[in-house]
Amino acid sequence: MKILVPVKRVVDYNIKPRVKADGSGVETAGVKMSMNPFDEIAVEEAVRLREKGAASEVVVVSIGVQQAQDTLRTAMAMGADRAILVLTDESPEPLAVAKVLKTLVEKEGPSLVVLGKQAIDDDMNATGQMLAGLLGWGQGTFASKVDVVDGRVNVSREIDGGTEQVSLALPAIITADLRLNEPRYASLPNIMKAKKKPLETIPAADLGVDMAPRLTIVSVAEPAERKAGIKVGSAAELVEKLRNEAKVI
Amino acid sequence: MTALVLLDHEGGQIRKAALSAVTAAARLGDVHVLVTGDAALAQAASQIAGVSKVLHAADARYAHELAEPLAALLVSLAGSYDHIVAAAGATGKNVLPRAAALLDVQPIPDVVSIVDAQTFVRPIYAGNALATVRSSDAKKVLTVRSASFDAAPAEGGSAPIEAVAVVDSPDVSRFEAVQLSDSARPDLESARVVVSGGRGMGSEEKFHALDPLADALGAAVGASRAAVDSGFVPNELQVGQTGKIVAPELYMAFGISGAIQHLAGMKDSRVIVAVNKDPEAPIFQVADYGIVGDLFEVVPQLVEELKK
Ligand SMILES: Cc1cc2nc3c(=O)[nH]c(=O)nc-3n(C[C@H](O)[C@H](O)[C@H](O)COP(=O)(O)OP(=O)(O)OC[C@H]3O[C@@H](n4cnc5c(N)ncnc54)[C@H](O)[C@@H]3O)c2cc1C
Ligand SMILES: Cc1cc2nc3c(=O)[nH]c(=O)nc-3n(C[C@H](O)[C@H](O)[C@H](O)COP(=O)(O)OP(=O)(O)OC[C@H]3O[C@@H](n4cnc5c(N)ncnc54)[C@H](O)[C@@H]3O)c2cc1C
Repeated sequence: MKILVPVKRVVDYNIKPRVKADGSGVETAGVKMSMNPFDEIAVEEAVRLREKGAASEVVVVSIGVQQAQDTLRTAMAMGADRAILVLTDESPEPLAVAKVLKTLVEKEGPSLVVLGKQAIDDDMNATGQMLAGLLGWGQGTFASKVDVVDGRVNVSREIDGGTEQVSLALPAIITADLRLNEPRYASLPNIMKAKKKPLETIPAADLGVDMAPRLTIVSVAEPAERKAGIKVGSAAELVEKLRNEAKVI
Repeated sequence: MTALVLLDHEGGQIRKAALSAVTAAARLGDVHVLVTGDAALAQAASQIAGVSKVLHAADARYAHELAEPLAALLVSLAGSYDHIVAAAGATGKNVLPRAAALLDVQPIPDVVSIVDAQTFVRPIYAGNALATVRSSDAKKVLTVRSASFDAAPAEGGSAPIEAVAVVDSPDVSRFEAVQLSDSARPDLESARVVVSGGRGMGSEEKFHALDPLADALGAAVGASRAAVDSGFVPNELQVGQTGKIVAPELYMAFGISGAIQHLAGMKDSRVIVAVNKDPEAPIFQVADYGIVGDLFEVVPQLVEELKK
């Protein structure tokens, strides 16, 4: 069984994003970029499934600029076997990403595609669900536990009021939530080894997919800043302020 | 123009967040709603103020809101609607993007403001930026944040109920079980007051130090990711970029440092209180009132003061 894991290069989660002065987007030039944290969890899960013998190969794919190669090398240092970069200068929307991934799924024939539940830059939380729809596959989103048994995959999902279990026929889509696992750090020898693993580059145009965006960005603005308030000296003073000044209790 | 709202439900109740989706949809036109489950849910839906028609999908395959059959059903109904809307919760985020892909539409998640029928504001980068986006798709598929739209009144309406037929969908998924936390406390997303604990709470047992305070204030309890990951509380209490988004009248953070991912989930609260023993903790930069001190001393004192 083959597993495909799409990984996205995003602004590192430790960086406070800054809106560009002209309001056209968020500044990404010269900013530290890393693998989307949810995608690290997805890669880890796929590698663990292979280590357990439930899968034979883990293929990682990124759709993006040339530098997304670094993200793919990181995934291979974590244990993925090979990588595909679909090269584009655009920032494709989830619909376009899902269409590109569909063509790769048709080519590679994985039994499982494990994605992150959301990318922390655009926070869309959509790509996995959209790919599942396009393929007509089952979807186990926001997964906190994954078991592959007898041609099915059983998934525990984090939902609004608790946890839910669903069972899906393979092939299927999984999207990883925070509690699925704790991703490993890539060791130096594995980082070296990853440099020799195969990385194929495909120009997005060669896939014949309509990637035209459907959303136009009218503007990107900073939200209203909250100002720091005051420090109070005691619980009594706090309750007094909440009652008489803020009038919230 | 008419909008179709998918009303999600949990534990036999329509989720309060779905009522906010009704309010948002009413800004776009006439509101029809789609609800699954038993007749009582359809009845409840028909009483929501502002709803002009209820579509009821009573078939058992829809009861658990599985994405595969429900997205197919939405697609079959979509022809009559300009907008398809749901609350930005677990169900809306699971089902709507799938339906959107089948309609060849790019969905617009987490809408916080409606500019016009095709232009919407949504936060990106953990709420550090607000993007105004215009959709060129013929139909718009959106999820809306309940913290940004008032809930429609649950009573006052009397919409007709129409049964909808089952449509074909790939038989690839099966609901197995659900565990819902049976909390007597108010719903986190719609509570007036939220009392949250972080890693500073120390353990599952010590997290209960917040209970008397939550009781005294009639508050919902929330948590940081660190508190959830450490096993102090279950996942459904997580507030933040990748958890619940809340905007109560009063948000009280105990032993929470104030990482941007946590702030993303609560910084629109009207009044924020922080108690932290580290005077440099970033949470104080957004707090209206702060106490630098040990939460295990401050919390019991607050409970005493509230009794006065
Ligand atoms: C309003 C708006 C503003 C934008 N602003 C900017 C901007 O300022 N700067 C900028 O660079 N781009 C911008 N974009 C494009 C944006 O970066 C995303 O590429 C796109 O919208 C995808 O959304 P997402 O990554 O949140 O998807 P999600 O659905 O949240 O992603 C879920 C998962 O899908 C997979 N995935 C998603 N994208 C890829 C990919 N490219 N390759 C491999 N796997 C992937 C990953 O597994 C990921 O965890 C913007 C787009 C919109 C609509
Ligand atoms: C992809 C991604 C998504 C994330 N999503 C979320 C999210 O949705 N929500 C979220 O919350 N986080 C999220 N995080 C995690 C976030 O970055 C922080 O790690 C987390 O919020 C820290 O939790 P904390 O403040 O409880 O813990 P810490 O940062 O460890 O802070 C604990 C605080 O408690 C104080 N303290 C300790 N003991 C006491 C005491 N006795 N009295 C008073 N104060 C005390 C300390 O001074 C400290 O400030 C995410 C991270 C990533 C990478």
